[in-house]
Amino acid sequence: MSALTDDDRAALTAMALAVRAHVIRMATRGGCFIGASLSCADVLTHLYARVLSVAPDRVADPDRDYLFLSKGHDVPALYAVLAEQGFFPRARLRNHLTLADHLYWHPNRNVPGVEFHSGSLGHLLSVAMGVAEDLRLRGSPGRAFVILGDGELNEGSIWEALLVASARRLDNLVVVVDRNGFQANVETEALIPLEPLGPRFEAFGCAVTRIDGHDFDALEGAFSAIAPGAGRPTVVIADTVRGKGLPSIERRADRWFVNFAADEVEALLRELHDGEVATLRSEILIVR
Amino acid sequence: MTVNASIDRPTNWEDALVALARRSDDLIVMTAENRGAIRGIPARLGPRFIDVGICEQTLIGMAAGLALRGRVPVVHALATFLTLRAFEFIRTDVGIAGLPVILVGAVPGFLSDANGPTHQSLEDISLMRGIPGMQVVCPADREELLDLLPELVARRAPAYIRYNACEPAVTHVARWRLGEAEVLAEGRDVTLLTYGFLLGHVAGAQAMLTTHGVSAGLINLRSLAPVDERAILHAARTSRTLVVVEDHFAIGGLGTIVAEVLARHGVATRLRVLALEGRWFRPALLPDVLEYEGFTAERITARVEAWS
Repeated sequence: MSALTDDDRAALTAMALAVRAHVIRMATRGGCFIGASLSCADVLTHLYARVLSVAPDRVADPDRDYLFLSKGHDVPALYAVLAEQGFFPRARLRNHLTLADHLYWHPNRNVPGVEFHSGSLGHLLSVAMGVAEDLRLRGSPGRAFVILGDGELNEGSIWEALLVASARRLDNLVVVVDRNGFQANVETEALIPLEPLGPRFEAFGCAVTRIDGHDFDALEGAFSAIAPGAGRPTVVIADTVRGKGLPSIERRADRWFVNFAADEVEALLRELHDGEVATLRSEILIVR
Repeated sequence: MTVNASIDRPTNWEDALVALARRSDDLIVMTAENRGAIRGIPARLGPRFIDVGICEQTLIGMAAGLALRGRVPVVHALATFLTLRAFEFIRTDVGIAGLPVILVGAVPGFLSDANGPTHQSLEDISLMRGIPGMQVVCPADREELLDLLPELVARRAPAYIRYNACEPAVTHVARWRLGEAEVLAEGRDVTLLTYGFLLGHVAGAQAMLTTHGVSAGLINLRSLAPVDERAILHAARTSRTLVVVEDHFAIGGLGTIVAEVLARHGVATRLRVLALEGRWFRPALLPDVLEYEGFTAERITARVEAWS
């Protein structure tokens, strides 16, 4: 198992901070699904910076690792990570929600580095499995990663696909659950309880680890422990906090989708960097 | 029925798939545990055959993933479960991305005979042609089924095949080509338009009408998306009445397609549609279904004559 150096940790922390700042700026002029974007910002940062075998000059390499964002709402975090990793210029993030670009509320393949579109929940696990099948058929070292939301686990297609992934021994498939505890409007446990989540995935034939999804050392440990040839799909449950980084919106059911006023951004960025809680006036939007 | 016969031409669906798979590494055969047409494929294709079990959504999602990697998956399931249970996966994963997934829907229309309404695929054409870029083909018999496969695989675009491997329905006069109808006869009084398994019965009706002194045409509309607009418009201009005969709901199938084509081109004519009008058909063995529902050659003839 590899371990992070102080420099590694500092670099990851700095990148995640930049990613969150981008997300906050994308939560104005129309807004975005900020809660999920902030909860998975560290996971996506870690995957692209440390784990995935993919790079801006390798987006068409057939032996790259693939990452599929199945829940889709968290795509501002992915846009930000891809920009920070050089898949496209950071300036392009300012095009969010405009006709000048394709950076809208759900992922699509017009954005460099985005592997597939999503938005309807419960789809990309099986799409990732098709990619994993083909990587294996062609003897490629590439792996297929898929990010699922915990609310998304309500979908039957997830559990159907897990049965198949396990039956077909897809050990080049890595499922990451952004376990932020909320679905659109309510806490998951108040609507369709998911716990005990780890044993449920284990019962479906997966190798499961559960970690703090904001702890880079824990993420490093979980992802570096994945061994090829184990004969089982891997599930990493990343326990996260919805809205992580902005205490004024953390763990708030009503901060699923937010459209900040332009003049609130400076205070939010200060809150992000200093931990000083901003006072928000923005309209609360639940559009699901 | 020997329009493009050759000595090495496959004689069944399975052989046709294997022949294509030998020519192209990209072909993958998949099923959601519906192996009726592909029983020998697991042994013949090895790892290029994938059975996901009774999981139609996963079937389509995986097919999309395989297609994303450059494969052409040919996926098999009963037409109802494929087009209905997995509809959103087809529309969203295959359709939006325009991926080369070939969907093969088994026992469509009347071919589900005694199974009952759960198995009656009578809206598959309506649903599939509603997806932008989806090609929809309805072979009249095994000969057309085998002829269309290489072209669909080569086109690298989404496609739905209303699977039908019945014995040859008629002596074909035109080689299969996507988007081209087969004009089997022209008629001044009436032109019968149909597709799929019913072609043989409709051809029987056309022959009966002719012996009764009615000038009756017959067109095999085997490709419904894209459809042969010229053939439809020509029939509308040269024939007093058009009669569509189909084992599909009256909404969304060939009757609707013909009406759209006529309206789009400003052509006014009489159009009759012999289809399932707002209900499922009475389940029984196929010959009894055709008799009860009025789709034998005799019953079609009588209904056309009653309109004239």
